Amino acid sequence: MAPPYQPLNAREILELYFIENRARLLDIASFLDRLDRYQGAEEARNDYRHTAFMRAVEILTSDTTGRTAAIQTLFSDPTTEPLESAVGLKAAGAWDGGGQ
Amino acid sequence: MKAIDPHIHMVSRTTDDYLQLAISGIHTVSEPAFWAGFDRNSADSFRDYFHQLTVTEPTRAARFGIRHYCWIGLNSKEAENLQLAKDVLSIMPEYLDRPTAIGIGEVGLNKNSRSEIKVLERQLAMAVDRNELLLIHTPHLEDKLKGTRIIMEMILSEPRIDPARVLIDHAEEHTIREIKDNGFWFGLTLYPNSKGSPERAIDAVEIYGTERICINSSADWSVSDPLSVLKCANEMRRRGHQEESIQKVFYDNPRAFMSQCPKFTPA
Repeated sequence: MAPPYQPLNAREILELYFIENRARLLDIASFLDRLDRYQGAEEARNDYRHTAFMRAVEILTSDTTGRTAAIQTLFSDPTTEPLESAVGLKAAGAWDGGGQ
Repeated sequence: MKAIDPHIHMVSRTTDDYLQLAISGIHTVSEPAFWAGFDRNSADSFRDYFHQLTVTEPTRAARFGIRHYCWIGLNSKEAENLQLAKDVLSIMPEYLDRPTAIGIGEVGLNKNSRSEIKVLERQLAMAVDRNELLLIHTPHLEDKLKGTRIIMEMILSEPRIDPARVLIDHAEEHTIREIKDNGFWFGLTLYPNSKGSPERAIDAVEIYGTERICINSSADWSVSDPLSVLKCANEMRRRGHQEESIQKVFYDNPRAFMSQCPKFTPA
């Protein structure tokens, strides 16, 4: 007797997740369009978070596997020394190059 | 199905959430001490909070047939104030002795500062002295990779701490491999916007296997979902995984980790 559940194949994964990820992609496109549309777009595009974001998009479209871990690492602080103090600091989602 | 949420902040949730947990199949929860959303001014505030964790919440949970366990500790966001930290650490043993307190947590790092490291060192020493389980909080976002590595180095340099008695929480794709290779348990948190989704959590199960993994909601005062653990189990089910594997990840694993404390008996 066959087990009650069978692993899916890649085609079925595509069927299952395509529509919701298409929507996520449009959310990202819309976020970038929104930045362009608002006053101060040039300044926002020069922000370290925007730079990191666009590098992440490049990883997204690459052929390599492990894109998720690669993007996580891209956003991470690569240093090893502790900060002298954390007073007033909070996480921003991307490493600012140590300029906080 | 039956599941355990090993990390949920019920002090921040309504009583209706207890009902939702109970009727949905979560009859055992564990609640780590955490940052309240604001910095507290004195150890007396922590006395009240630890009382809430060890008396009020188990009582509130019991009304719905839920077993509520907790972890006692000073979170890293309030570790910059070293005098406060010292005062809070001095009262922790009294609450760790209580019948539903199963270990020290969630303690760890937030911005990876020297004060945070100092306070974590003291709490690790307390865990050694008392032979307590440890639930470790890792930093958020860009600070996670660095902080996770510092924490692991600190723990591994203390030979009296067995990594099998430590769960390193809020792991993500770039930290899971190192945590697991070092012999620790790891936790994945389902938290909309800033942490993982059910889809990514089940990707991790598929890539890293079902050993030493626990999945939690970390539901609290922010945008979060106390039923996300069950939604994640359903994500695993719809991908075709066997029921035994689903039960292992969502019930057997948290039971196995927390049962290392003899006070823990799940429903």
